[in-house]
Amino acid sequence: MSFVSLAAATAGAVHSASFPILSALVLLPIIGAVLVVLTSNRRPEYVKLIATLFSVGVAGMSIWLLASFKTSDGGFQFQSKHEWISSWGISWHLGVDGISLFLVVLTGILFPLVIVGIDPHHDHKRYLAWLLVLEAGVMGSFLSLDLFLFFIFFEIVLVPMYFLIGGWGYDKRVYAATKFFLYTMLGSAFMLIGILATALLARQDIGYLTFDVVTIAERASFSTNTARWLFVSFAIAFAVKVPIFPLHTWLPDAHTQAPTGGSVILAGVLLKMGTYGFLRFGLYLFPSAALWAKPVFLTLATIGIIYGAIAATMQKDLKRLVAYSSVAHLGFIVLGIFAVTSQSLTGSVMQMVNHGLSTGALFLLVGMIYERRHTRVIAELKGIQAVAPIFAAAFMVVMLSSVGVPGLNGFVGEFLILIGSFETARWWTVVAATGVILAALYLLWAYQRVFHGEPDEANSSFAEMNLREGSIILVFISLIVFTGLYPKPMLERIEPSVDKLIEHVVEHSDYQPPTAPAGHSNKPAESTHTGGE
Amino acid sequence: MLDLVWLVPALPLAGFLLIVLFGRKLGEPGAGILATVMTAASFVVVVGIYFDLLSRTAEERHHVVTLFSWLPVGALQVDLALLADPLSITMALFITGIGSMIHLYAIGYMHGDPKFPKFFMYLNLFVFSMLMLVLGENLLVTFLGWEGVGACSYFLISFWHTRDSAATAGKKAFVTNRVGDWGMLVAMFLAFSAVGTLSYAGINHAAETGGIAAVTATGIALMLFVGACGKSAQLPLYLWLPDAMEGPTPVSALIHAATMVTSGVFLLTRMAPVLHASYPWAGDVIATVGALTALFAATIAVAQTDIKKVLAYSTVSQLGFMFLAIGSEAYVAAIFHMVTHAFFKALLFLGSGSVIHGMHHEQDMRRMGALRKVMPITGFTFIIGWLAIAGVPPFAGFWSKDEILLYAFANNRLLWFIGVVSALLTAYYMTRQVIMVFFGQARWNDHAEENGAHGDHSPHESPWTMVTPLVVLAGLSIVGGAMQLPFSKGTKFLEHWLEPVVHHSERNISGTWAYQNKWLLLALAIAIAITGIATSIAVYSKGKFKVIEPAILADAWRYDSAVSSLIGGPGYKSFDAVASFDAVVVDGVVNGAGTEVRRISGVLSKLQTGFIRSYAAIVAFGAIAVLAWFLVRGVL
Repeated sequence: MSFVSLAAATAGAVHSASFPILSALVLLPIIGAVLVVLTSNRRPEYVKLIATLFSVGVAGMSIWLLASFKTSDGGFQFQSKHEWISSWGISWHLGVDGISLFLVVLTGILFPLVIVGIDPHHDHKRYLAWLLVLEAGVMGSFLSLDLFLFFIFFEIVLVPMYFLIGGWGYDKRVYAATKFFLYTMLGSAFMLIGILATALLARQDIGYLTFDVVTIAERASFSTNTARWLFVSFAIAFAVKVPIFPLHTWLPDAHTQAPTGGSVILAGVLLKMGTYGFLRFGLYLFPSAALWAKPVFLTLATIGIIYGAIAATMQKDLKRLVAYSSVAHLGFIVLGIFAVTSQSLTGSVMQMVNHGLSTGALFLLVGMIYERRHTRVIAELKGIQAVAPIFAAAFMVVMLSSVGVPGLNGFVGEFLILIGSFETARWWTVVAATGVILAALYLLWAYQRVFHGEPDEANSSFAEMNLREGSIILVFISLIVFTGLYPKPMLERIEPSVDKLIEHVVEHSDYQPPTAPAGHSNKPAESTHTGGE
Repeated sequence: MLDLVWLVPALPLAGFLLIVLFGRKLGEPGAGILATVMTAASFVVVVGIYFDLLSRTAEERHHVVTLFSWLPVGALQVDLALLADPLSITMALFITGIGSMIHLYAIGYMHGDPKFPKFFMYLNLFVFSMLMLVLGENLLVTFLGWEGVGACSYFLISFWHTRDSAATAGKKAFVTNRVGDWGMLVAMFLAFSAVGTLSYAGINHAAETGGIAAVTATGIALMLFVGACGKSAQLPLYLWLPDAMEGPTPVSALIHAATMVTSGVFLLTRMAPVLHASYPWAGDVIATVGALTALFAATIAVAQTDIKKVLAYSTVSQLGFMFLAIGSEAYVAAIFHMVTHAFFKALLFLGSGSVIHGMHHEQDMRRMGALRKVMPITGFTFIIGWLAIAGVPPFAGFWSKDEILLYAFANNRLLWFIGVVSALLTAYYMTRQVIMVFFGQARWNDHAEENGAHGDHSPHESPWTMVTPLVVLAGLSIVGGAMQLPFSKGTKFLEHWLEPVVHHSERNISGTWAYQNKWLLLALAIAIAITGIATSIAVYSKGKFKVIEPAILADAWRYDSAVSSLIGGPGYKSFDAVASFDAVVVDGVVNGAGTEVRRISGVLSKLQTGFIRSYAAIVAFGAIAVLAWFLVRGVL
């Protein structure tokens, strides 16, 4: 079904006047995947070349999108809208705003890094084809402004991920892949019902059947109870995807068993489909219902932060430890989303990208350790810093970013989330902030066991980072440092859309966002600059 | 000149980056020289700024340089901005001044270490972070430095990372500090929520004009104090500092004595108006914790045998004095003692490093003795440091400690008494150390046989790179008190200099009994110092009394081991319980449900087409059923 829909969409996109960059971002990887599949088995060298070219092309376009994005515009840009199944009111409607922009760019950047940086051990052709299909699905999910279209992309993503884990993963890959698939499918089932019901019920207010997100958000007015039911049906799907405690147990298995490339993409962008979903389809479509559910989600997010960190501390497998750290980090993002302030939401969007960078890089590094040592068990690793200082230094920088040390990217998002959430969710925030202590604990302890000490025999020949690995990690580290020191270019693109979303929430609910304390301007009083009294 | 304040942190940052890029090429001593020159150049700029500030009127001694907008989101507008004012420049002066001395010293001390360039890379990064901490115009820039120095401290404590104890100590320092960082984060949230800015000028202005309610101000002040307890090693978070001695000795001198550990004192002084706007008991809490820490650590120092551990506990104790001053709203005294302490404690640490260097990495004082003869300069300068910390006039420590005790007396006599006892103990344990290391019998050959590696002991004086800083710091420890002498208003230079920063919050004690009888208190302080020294000489040199060093004191009141066993025992078990709960219960329910569904789906669909397809069928069936229900509800 999905391929048919895409073909139909292609036909529509061609008629667009200006270059339909968003449609191209979605379709280019698909074309790449088809070409990869069509390449003769006798010419394996072309397979990687094609995949690289297409993913780099998509990356280039996503950066071009970033460059031509209008900074202070909070609305949807580069929209392309084409009728698709008009009798059902389904359209190929794509658009990007400050909330999705950086997720698109992150997707665009991560895929070529994964394709260039990590080679699967067998069957390159199918591996790369699935990766490109995955990229298309992720792009589509972040760009869709039609509920039905979104659902299709949201589901498409499962298929390549299932095959990537099942086909190229580790020992318990089939178990992990099935668990991942079933768990997410179950969540999606609720969302499908929610989507159909939303469109059908909204018809009464709008006058015709449509799955268009913007139209429904602006014109539909659900009754309190209906909105709550609808919100819950969406929220279950997103909560599984994020994942929110206690629906998280598919994640450690999927992460640990997935091939390195799969883990990087899974942590980097796939989980963000859940948090992004809460913003775009939870808060935006059902503002008052989302606020009704706020205490539950704040509590689950806070539990996730502490619980994920504690569970991470006790893991014996390094990759599993990083996976549990994701539960904690995503908890911060959910906290920020449901606190609904300008800072907390901007911080959450920021943190979605930051987590993609730092956790993506951590998975990459853990993968490199596995390539060398054929183990991820912390107890079997020791003293690596003594034999591979550059590798250790790279791990250290990425780790400190994950710990949230200021000057690196992780801090910016975490701090904005917390300082914003403090305004509307004070006690949750105070408790959640203790997560910064635990993050230092589990990561530094792991670092000590893996990198410090005198290397034993098995680890004494640990190879130093090679040029290809170093270049890939350098891209991550550059972004980590730049974003940490100068986040303004990101913040000024995210914030207008976030503020617009808050305005929308205020209009469609009885929510009052916190206001700046009276009598004090944002900037410190100028008089004190020279005065000092 | 003031506009050049950005150069102050930029120079060590440049040093750091250059060593990152060219460290291997620079090698030894190139990297060390580069790092030292960068820090010294930074010092020169600070001196220029100092004279520029001095040439202005008190009202104009406040200059902000905004580099760029760092975190601008809605009402939260945080700039990466630097503030040059008397407080920040005082801090920057001794950070870069003592810092360059310690860099120079480290060139000698780290000689031959295979990671020589890396050491200086971290050292310059530390100086940069420390300068950001003190020069920050708002809480967040300070926090950037605050965490930066924490990270550098971690790198440098575990510098010799193949040694397990060093690796553990580094981690312990970072994690314990993070407990404090949590407090500082919450303080920032409270400040932003109450005032709408993180800028010091904005927050302090609000506090001075009644813009912050007392309850909020108390919350901010106490949360900042939680942060200070972590960074400045106060009870109950001091645990990491004694372990931090695992780091190379220049690190102990620079980070764990002179600069980083005083950050908490600096921060509370910077935010003095907020503490002033708090309930009075907030200050009592701080003063009490400070006094108790001073006493607690001093009792431990009495029984330590490791030359650096004595100094570490002494540092904890002296920091306690500074918080006693802060809590008594004696900010000038706190800064005064911070500066003199930086002089003499850096001197003592570097002296101990020179001893360790000369003794071929022996740190046990029981194997030293009579070293003044073979290490004359080290011995002489160490003795000056000892006189300064013991509170003997006219050395620097006497004046600053006396000023703290004066304010403590005016504030709370019980805390003053605790301070006096701590001062007595300080004189006692420092005399003990000097006797054990530099006087008495030479014991370094006693254990020659049993200790193979240290067998060939012939202690020697250290090279000029190490000795020069000792001499300079000894000079400062002699005359450092001159910046604030209690004789008349004209001799109180520091008080006058810091006035624009603290005048609003500083306690006025001029009418109190303590102030009117300050010469009496001064005389008492001298008597206390002499008593401590004399007792110690009687015990350790003359052998007139039995040595009393209870095991419980040597073991730091067993507090550390109690905390360790709490974390290693119940703490570890409860964490493990959570992890097992996740694996068995949370995941168990999921897998159980999965198995159950699989069984039922097997019954429903006779066609065994794999789980996924049967699952999809169920999903579709369910979707249609619920959709139908929705439709019925929606239509009817």
